[in-house]
Amino acid sequence: MRLAGFHVFAALVVLLAVLFPDNYFVTVVGASAGLHVILAVGLNLLMGYAGQISLGHAAFFGIGAYASAILTTRFGWPGLLAMATGLLAAGVIAWLLARPILRLRGHYLAMATLGFGIIIHVVMVQATRWTGGPDGLAGVPPLNLLGWSVEGDFQWYGVIMAAMLLAVWLSLNLVDSQAGRALRAVHGSEFAAQMMGVDTARAKTQVFVVSALFAAFAGSLFAHQQAFVSPDSFNLTISVELVTMVVLGGMASTFGAACGAIALTLLHQGLVVFEDYEMLIHGALLMAVMIFMPQGLFVGLSQGTRRVWRVLSRRRISLPSTDLTD
Amino acid sequence: MKNSWKTALAVALLLAGVNLASAAEPIKIGSFLAVTGPASFLGDPELKTLQMYVEDLNAKGGVKGRKIELIHYDTSGNAKDAVSFAKRLVKDDKVDLLIGGTSSGDTLAVIPDVEKEGIPFISLAGAVDIVEPVKKWVFKTPHTDRMAVAKIYEDLRKRGLAKVALISGDGGFDKSGHEQLLKLAPQYGITIVADEFYGNKDSDMTAQLTKIRATDAQAIINFGFGQAPAIVTKNIKQLGITLPLYQSHGVGSKTFIDLAGEAAEGVRLPAAALVVAEQLPDTDPQKPVLLAYKNKYEAKYGPVSTFGGHAYDGLMIAVAAIQRAGGADKAKVRDQIEKTKGFIGTGGVFNMSPEDHMGLNLDAFKMVEVRNGSWKIVQ
Amino acid sequence: MLDQLFQFLVTGITVGSLYALVGLGFALIYNASDVVNFAQGEFVMLGAMIAIALVGAGLPLVLAAIAATLLTIVAGLLLERFAIEPAKGASVVTTIIITIGAAIFLRGVALLLWGKDFHSLPPFSGEVPIQLGGATVLPQSLWVLGVTVLLVALVRAFFNRTLPGKALLACSFNRIAAQAVGINVRVMLRLAYGLSAGLGAIAGILIAPITFSSYEAGVMLGLKGFSAAIVGGIGNPMGAVAGGVLLGLLEALGAGLISSGYKDAIAFLFVLLVLFFSPTGLFGHKIAERV
Repeated sequence: MRLAGFHVFAALVVLLAVLFPDNYFVTVVGASAGLHVILAVGLNLLMGYAGQISLGHAAFFGIGAYASAILTTRFGWPGLLAMATGLLAAGVIAWLLARPILRLRGHYLAMATLGFGIIIHVVMVQATRWTGGPDGLAGVPPLNLLGWSVEGDFQWYGVIMAAMLLAVWLSLNLVDSQAGRALRAVHGSEFAAQMMGVDTARAKTQVFVVSALFAAFAGSLFAHQQAFVSPDSFNLTISVELVTMVVLGGMASTFGAACGAIALTLLHQGLVVFEDYEMLIHGALLMAVMIFMPQGLFVGLSQGTRRVWRVLSRRRISLPSTDLTD
Repeated sequence: MKNSWKTALAVALLLAGVNLASAAEPIKIGSFLAVTGPASFLGDPELKTLQMYVEDLNAKGGVKGRKIELIHYDTSGNAKDAVSFAKRLVKDDKVDLLIGGTSSGDTLAVIPDVEKEGIPFISLAGAVDIVEPVKKWVFKTPHTDRMAVAKIYEDLRKRGLAKVALISGDGGFDKSGHEQLLKLAPQYGITIVADEFYGNKDSDMTAQLTKIRATDAQAIINFGFGQAPAIVTKNIKQLGITLPLYQSHGVGSKTFIDLAGEAAEGVRLPAAALVVAEQLPDTDPQKPVLLAYKNKYEAKYGPVSTFGGHAYDGLMIAVAAIQRAGGADKAKVRDQIEKTKGFIGTGGVFNMSPEDHMGLNLDAFKMVEVRNGSWKIVQ
Repeated sequence: MLDQLFQFLVTGITVGSLYALVGLGFALIYNASDVVNFAQGEFVMLGAMIAIALVGAGLPLVLAAIAATLLTIVAGLLLERFAIEPAKGASVVTTIIITIGAAIFLRGVALLLWGKDFHSLPPFSGEVPIQLGGATVLPQSLWVLGVTVLLVALVRAFFNRTLPGKALLACSFNRIAAQAVGINVRVMLRLAYGLSAGLGAIAGILIAPITFSSYEAGVMLGLKGFSAAIVGGIGNPMGAVAGGVLLGLLEALGAGLISSGYKDAIAFLFVLLVLFFSPTGLFGHKIAERV
């Protein structure tokens, strides 16, 4: 039952590819949404379940991307090895940072993670010799998966969707594991969790590392897919957008975060045609969703459909309300 | 109620039918520009120029009897968005030609896709790397940053100044200019005695300039655009530094003089002839083109900048190529763009070739100086 | 060398006072509602842009400044009434996203009203630099410094000596208890948003002659103001000032003595260290978690 949503999600992904194999909004926008889902689901583990905010998550995304880009272009490493190194680097940095940074609370934690994000961004811009500076690094070779070279929008859609489903599946399982329950206890009340014998510092460190790994994984795929990296994909705006995805979709729910990631990706594509009005509408929509669905889109929309469903079923069989969906 | 709905539908169908019958398919020009974000200083006048002239061309009956349709997406200077919108233009909107890529980062990011798809692309960005080495489908209209640097160094040599302090921003334009400054210095016998940076949104650069003041520099070069160079210029005055100051072509707009005020007096920079159009001799073949563009733009939007001029050049080169090709066939248009000869634009006289996908030479730049609140050509 | 160092310090303090001025507004709203208002930078931008537009329309600077401040206060009140109040009871993170939405919205409004160009205000008392030993400073920077000091004193007096100020503080400590003793929390919230919008506008008007302004100017100033307020210890107006000056000094000294390219990284590295050793900022209240 727990994985029912997952199967529906997976079926949808495949169905779209079969129906529209050469549609820009499926292959290109879909792939971009897929990367965002990986990032948001990872960040949601930290924010939604452990209750720790991060305004610097784009830094881990960037570390993964630049590790892949630099190691493949400048040193000729194979893509998978570069990816593994990027994951390792992000994991180690997250682990080193976790203890001091996760001692902080609320806005102080937000500040510290934001500072970390800015530091990494400055390095990307300034260390021109390695990173190519603000104009970025071009010519990242296609990813080679055991002899299969991933090229073209359709193939990338496939690879990123597989990665995304893996991330969602991992997240669903993590949340339900013993570690996941410990995490939720941390979110509820760290003090109470400690009293019950949960090593909260350890739990928080673990989730911070896992969440950084998700981001670096997405970053590495992103570098190969775009064949290009530049610092503007990993700045503060992106970090804020990631937080927005998680909250907009609905915190503490894997599908909520995924929903938020997809919604924001589509919104950006949809609003761009409004040109100078884009910002105005974007801001207004963001406010409206959060005011009217403070629990996020996922909960808001599913409650909405549930209500509609109830009204419809009542009309059809005129039975007193037995809630079928719960 | 139902009836009126049906009537409306019928009218709409009829109109669509008429439309199909009377006009040929429009020629679609796709454009992705950084209209907002840090490079909006460049992207905004570019878009305005494209819109204004496409409207103008259509009012005159279009090209080869076909209307031009401009489809535009804002990248906000984000390379990721540039890639995705370029794909959208090619795959979803099925455009015939691309004009855009305000920043070098945006342009360089889309080049692999452009080459793979085989669609003519005229870039509006500065970096040399865009056309060196030559890419089959990629052209550009702005002067390169290397040309700007060469022009500045030539002027320094004329004045007998050899020790230079650099101060540059942290954007793509700034960094790639900075790279050229370092690269060309030995050729012109220039020694770089200080090399400072600032963030493009910083509010004060006196710390960096104080360091520069303590060196034995004979001139300062500031490569950047937007508001930061104006702050640098003001800070230099504030610190009482009297060394000659060179700016880049990135500030080739009246806005710079307005922002920097009196501190801008005496600042020199290499700029396209557009900013000094009125001062050109009447014999200059560029003069009528420049004045026409300038008057048209300023009547509608206010002070002209050389960046809008690049978009004008790109659009006009494309239109001429389509005309010569007799249609919007991608390969034919590409060949015709490459054959552009003696085209008089705002940036200079363009002579493209299979080896040169920009087609401007150093004469296209004028060294100008701010005097009494406006640009004067330095002889 | 000593002259240079002195100039770095002067630069740091003048830039820092600018951050401090923006940071004050963050502190105010936080005190009333426990929310960091991410649209605070946009209040700063609005104040500057409205003043610039009014001066451009021929209004004398003083009148333009007053009108711009009042209009920004109205914008702050509208934000509170139509975006914050309806979301009453939402979690802090949700409220933060609402303020982020508001920031984007206000930027969009400014873009439509004034386009994308940079604009400037004339300095209040000329541009002749003032010599301070070996260093120079612009008269406008002294304005920023002076007004910051004045406003901090006023904000302190407001919180410590006036009834509405004390009521506002009470709201931040315990909203339900505040309500129980007869404080109208809703009015207090409006007061906080109005006041901090006003503070932001004043900051924007004072800064505009130095840094210029455009529809996006609030992003960077907001970021620096936020950092100042947090490093100082959120909710403490004195802390915001201390944080701002610290940040300004770190940037100037980092640029002057170490590397101007990495100055922001250096500044934030220090900020991280400060937080590691003092997890509630320089002057923050020690927080006890409610169980």
